[in-house]
Amino acid sequence: MTVEFLINLAYLVGSLAFVWGLRLLSSPDTARRGNIVAGAGMIIAIIAAIAQPMEGADNNYGWIIGAIVLGAIIGLVSARRVQMTAMPQMVSIFNGLGGACAVVLAYAELFPFYGGSTALDTAGLGIVMLALLIGGISFTGSMLAFAKLQGLIWDNTLLLPKHNILNIVLLIVTLGLGIYLTVTGQPAGLTLGTIFMVLALVYGFSFVIPIGGADMPVVISLLNSLTGLSAAVTGLIYGSQFMLVGGILVGAAGTILTVLMCDAMNRSLTNVLIGGFGGGGGGGKGADGDQVAKEVTLNDAAIQLFYSNSAIIVPGYGLAVAQAQKVCKEVDELLEANGVDVRYAIHPVAGRMPGHMNVLLAEADVPYPKLLDLDEANDALKNTDMVVIVGANDVVNPAAEDDPSSPIHGMPVLKVWDAKNIIVLKRSMRPGYAGIQNPLFFHEKTRMLFGDAKDSLSKLAGEIKNL
Amino acid sequence: MDSFIQFFNNEANLLLIYLLLFTVLLGFEVISKVPTVLHTPLMSGANAISGVVIIGAILLIRQSAPDDYLTLSLGFLGVVLGMVNVAGGFAVTDRMLEMFKKKKN
Repeated sequence: MTVEFLINLAYLVGSLAFVWGLRLLSSPDTARRGNIVAGAGMIIAIIAAIAQPMEGADNNYGWIIGAIVLGAIIGLVSARRVQMTAMPQMVSIFNGLGGACAVVLAYAELFPFYGGSTALDTAGLGIVMLALLIGGISFTGSMLAFAKLQGLIWDNTLLLPKHNILNIVLLIVTLGLGIYLTVTGQPAGLTLGTIFMVLALVYGFSFVIPIGGADMPVVISLLNSLTGLSAAVTGLIYGSQFMLVGGILVGAAGTILTVLMCDAMNRSLTNVLIGGFGGGGGGGKGADGDQVAKEVTLNDAAIQLFYSNSAIIVPGYGLAVAQAQKVCKEVDELLEANGVDVRYAIHPVAGRMPGHMNVLLAEADVPYPKLLDLDEANDALKNTDMVVIVGANDVVNPAAEDDPSSPIHGMPVLKVWDAKNIIVLKRSMRPGYAGIQNPLFFHEKTRMLFGDAKDSLSKLAGEIKNL
Repeated sequence: MDSFIQFFNNEANLLLIYLLLFTVLLGFEVISKVPTVLHTPLMSGANAISGVVIIGAILLIRQSAPDDYLTLSLGFLGVVLGMVNVAGGFAVTDRMLEMFKKKKN
């Protein structure tokens, strides 16, 4: 039993823990255990990295322990403090930090290489460049995604004319320089290497600029996948199979989510990245100005809901903005107490990240079996008395089904119009993210209840209590 | 082309390529049927795993000379960034999953 054997075993166990943990994460009953298993795998591997024998190494353990303690404190405190509604921002920041770490590590390889104290063959140098590129893109991309989600930057503030063409040019220049650096080797020099890193960082920032609003779930998934890949590539630099396995697993998870999100909008990834909705479209038949939406009073809405047999609530980003998840649950409980069967219809791209609505409703203690996915919901809607739409818009737009001229035509939507009555809680008649008028608001079954979602729901709860 | 074939025929590289391919397939297989309910926790859990880069940062510090402050600082930065990602990622995922409860009605 040598030390080396134990170290190798530890890395192997760590990798298996990642795979097993992710496996458990894909079922609600075992997910929490899965997260703990994966976390344990990480701790085992960190201990192995600290303990593994290295010939002639100076170790510098003080630096390592100091950094680990500092990072753990920052991470744990922010994880505890963050509000559930701010979860997309938090995930973006953490994701960006992983990418930043890969950039730092790859850049650290460049100093001794261009300084002449270490040698790298073409393959080795190519790997370092790849780590700089992918890590850089995921770092600045995630940071911009954070700023957008936090509302620090409006979606189109930084958009330059012909932005998509600029992006393509920037990408080609960056890739070209990366290839040049890889082929040229040491004579290229540290300055060019640094310029390459800066270009990668600028590109990451620039490619997220045109993407915003309802496309956020796609870009967050994609960035997640990139961070995983950057970790895997960095693993190649260090010859660590463990990092390779961990990174690739994350890359796969991110890729699957990206594909799922794109499917949920019936759009290709390219279309999302180039910002397919664009300012130009937005037309469609529903935009007729002379149609009038019918309003409903709080009292009527309360009575309709209270005496119905079944109700389905459709939450959207507006629910998150208004932080209305808890009062939503209150209305749910009041109705359930009167024998109304209350469930929730969750569109895959509702909110700003995959599964955003599920997290919010879980925070409000809504049991997850009450949450229906797209197909389940569309089946259930046919036999539902009342639909309450809370801050959702594009995901319930009938134009996606019946108006071929609509920009979102073909996107799978929740067919709320199959239910008997629809109440829409909405701040105003402003169109949704896609900038498309929603004919649902003028539908004969629809009644509008204007106001802030939280405010309207708590007034609704008050009315129901008085019945 | 020659150098590529050489790279491919090297046994260590070949094993790495095998590992890469099988991990990609395994990853897709393991995660492919995740329900909508768990999209966010899966993403943030996976996100925490991408903090494996911290292993590289630890090795970087250990290999550095004790007076090579540039490398030490970069390594320190790397470990801090990686550790925030790891600790924060797992903690926030746990917090979320704690809320996913099945209730009897």
